[in-house]
Amino acid sequence: MAERLLDVKDLQVHFNTEDGIVHAVDGVSFDLERGKVLGIVGESGSGKSVTAMTLLGLTRDVNTRFQGEVLYKGRDLLKLPETAMQDFRGNEMGMIFQDPMTSLNPVYRIGNQIVEAIRTHEDIDKGRAKRRAVDLLRQVGIPRPDVRVDDYPHQFSGGMRQRAMIAMALSCNPDVLIADEPTTALDVTIQAQIIELIDRLKDDFNSAVILITHDLGVVADVADEIIVMYAGRVVERGAKRQVFYDPQMPYTWGLLGSIPRLDRPKPKRLASITGSPPSLINLPRGCKFRPRCPHAFDKCIEEPDLVNRVEEPGHLDRCWLSVQEKRAVRDRTIRGEEEAA
Amino acid sequence: MSSNGGAPLVEVRGLKKYFPIKKGVLSREVGRVHAVDDVTFAVSEGETLGLVGESGCGKSTLGRTIVRLLPPSAGEVVFQGSPIGHLGARALRPLRREMQMIFQDPYASLNPRKRVGSIIGDPLKIHDVGDARERRQRVQELLETVGLSPEHYNRFPHEFSGGQRQRIGVARALALRPKLVVADEPVSALDVSIQAQMINLLDELQDEFRLTYIFIAHDLGVVRHVSDRIAVMYLGKLVELSPAEELYTRPIMPYTEALLSAVPIPDPDLSEQRERIVLEGDVPSPIDPPSGCRFHPRCRYMTEICREVEPPLTDYGNGHLAACHHPLNVDKETLAQVTASPKHTPDSADEHATPTEPAGKESRPIPNP
Repeated sequence: MAERLLDVKDLQVHFNTEDGIVHAVDGVSFDLERGKVLGIVGESGSGKSVTAMTLLGLTRDVNTRFQGEVLYKGRDLLKLPETAMQDFRGNEMGMIFQDPMTSLNPVYRIGNQIVEAIRTHEDIDKGRAKRRAVDLLRQVGIPRPDVRVDDYPHQFSGGMRQRAMIAMALSCNPDVLIADEPTTALDVTIQAQIIELIDRLKDDFNSAVILITHDLGVVADVADEIIVMYAGRVVERGAKRQVFYDPQMPYTWGLLGSIPRLDRPKPKRLASITGSPPSLINLPRGCKFRPRCPHAFDKCIEEPDLVNRVEEPGHLDRCWLSVQEKRAVRDRTIRGEEEAA
Repeated sequence: MSSNGGAPLVEVRGLKKYFPIKKGVLSREVGRVHAVDDVTFAVSEGETLGLVGESGCGKSTLGRTIVRLLPPSAGEVVFQGSPIGHLGARALRPLRREMQMIFQDPYASLNPRKRVGSIIGDPLKIHDVGDARERRQRVQELLETVGLSPEHYNRFPHEFSGGQRQRIGVARALALRPKLVVADEPVSALDVSIQAQMINLLDELQDEFRLTYIFIAHDLGVVRHVSDRIAVMYLGKLVELSPAEELYTRPIMPYTEALLSAVPIPDPDLSEQRERIVLEGDVPSPIDPPSGCRFHPRCRYMTEICREVEPPLTDYGNGHLAACHHPLNVDKETLAQVTASPKHTPDSADEHATPTEPAGKESRPIPNP
């Protein structure tokens, strides 16, 4: 069995605000082994980014309350003091942010930004750090890296900036790479390149990846395990094939149905999830997805637990419908209205 | 969804839009960005034309030039039979009612200091529609039409989510009951689940208001649901124009094939099976576009001719046009019959260039389930 790098147990992150307590993350558990890709999928406001940022200690604030454990190689990161966290950040765990336009500093050269990241964690001279930066840029597929290393971010295209971000995240050879919507701001053609790159680099650097996205299509190729989040909770969790071929949670069906499918006949209407995610201050009672769920019934007023309900172990969900019922109705929900032939 | 064959509502003929690059104290022109380079097509009333391409291919510039937010450098835009390419601001004023735009970024395209009521109502005010009471009622109706509540009239944009903001943008575009709506990537800033809502809404509104759409996107998956025809652009050029469904089953231009293969399929097995054509690198600079076929440096079927001669836009029947020396999915008989589209013979191209044999055989970037 591969080395277990990360073990998150019942993580809760609450923000105290003027309007009340925001339950951003409410009992999230998962683990991550070396060499694996974990996909975290959910809409805006489902708590997926807060989860990722908490792993890196980026949500620490006087108004934030944490509960649960984030064990990285056995150490609880939530209890780590800020100075120790600074050592850890970037060195052990790197992060790629969504928007490559705003996460690079426009007034510093690309190379200098990577050199700075390297020299923060390692005691090497500028010349060697720069040579490493050139190597990294080559590895992420920047043409003529020895010249482009001295470019400013505005001289790079969107896809190249995201590659530079990846190079920076990898600069200290982290064991865990967190990619928060790495392709959302990019063209589809570039999206395919970036996902492939992340998958390849994971093997080259022998690390694990957490890939956060709102689009299940993005994780279909590379993820090993998938977590579907809604309103701060995990609503379904399983191996990739379990989630794609035997989805148990109506929310997952909605996410699957929302993606326009080129491999199927064109439906009259796209299946979509009605309404929008609930306010995290004032959550609905019972199943959090109940107000938007087309299959909600009386029992949904009680909160379902995240447990295994299907034959295959390791596939968990939060839905009261019986497995038979789900399998009977889900195809219609996913496929939407078929075009009358 | 639409009636094809109606009179064209809007037509572009040989449209070019260049942006000069100026340098030095004398602001001398040192180069030009060829954003839109000789594009010709027509959109009929009630039709939806999908306009697809990567960032920097000129699709947004084309959209903006059509609604005359930008003046064309050359060529003509014809709206309802009359040329509007040269009209000044005053003459354009009444036409603004007929053509509206929906923008990509719902965060940047709404004034944060204005209430929803005035964001949607100001177009009515500018064009002197009704009195204050009627306008208010109209705005509240519009809010309902796009799936918001009339009580949102007095709120500010920051009180809404991204999807709701985009609905406000749609309501604003519809306020003056336009005939043509240019939607510039209206869903790419939204979550997938909200994207589907938005596409369904735009679809319903088209029937209700008899709208003609030009729907700009970089993702072929999104446009399939709304489009009757799809135009693919690359570096300022129109490289393929086809009835929507045919484009997905029978792409002719290798660039289209690559675009199709990049659309993610949310099915691990199918996704693994299919051949993914990864386009190397980025779109080249439109300041100094490649010679011959502009796609040749990234094309896997590239041969000598592609480097030297620009392929003319060629009619392959059934309204399916493409510009390629090595067309895919075309049989020998069709190839013998095709003629370069007479409307579209750029000066630089060899007018007698006919497509050569397809390099590969049938191409199916999307696997059958």
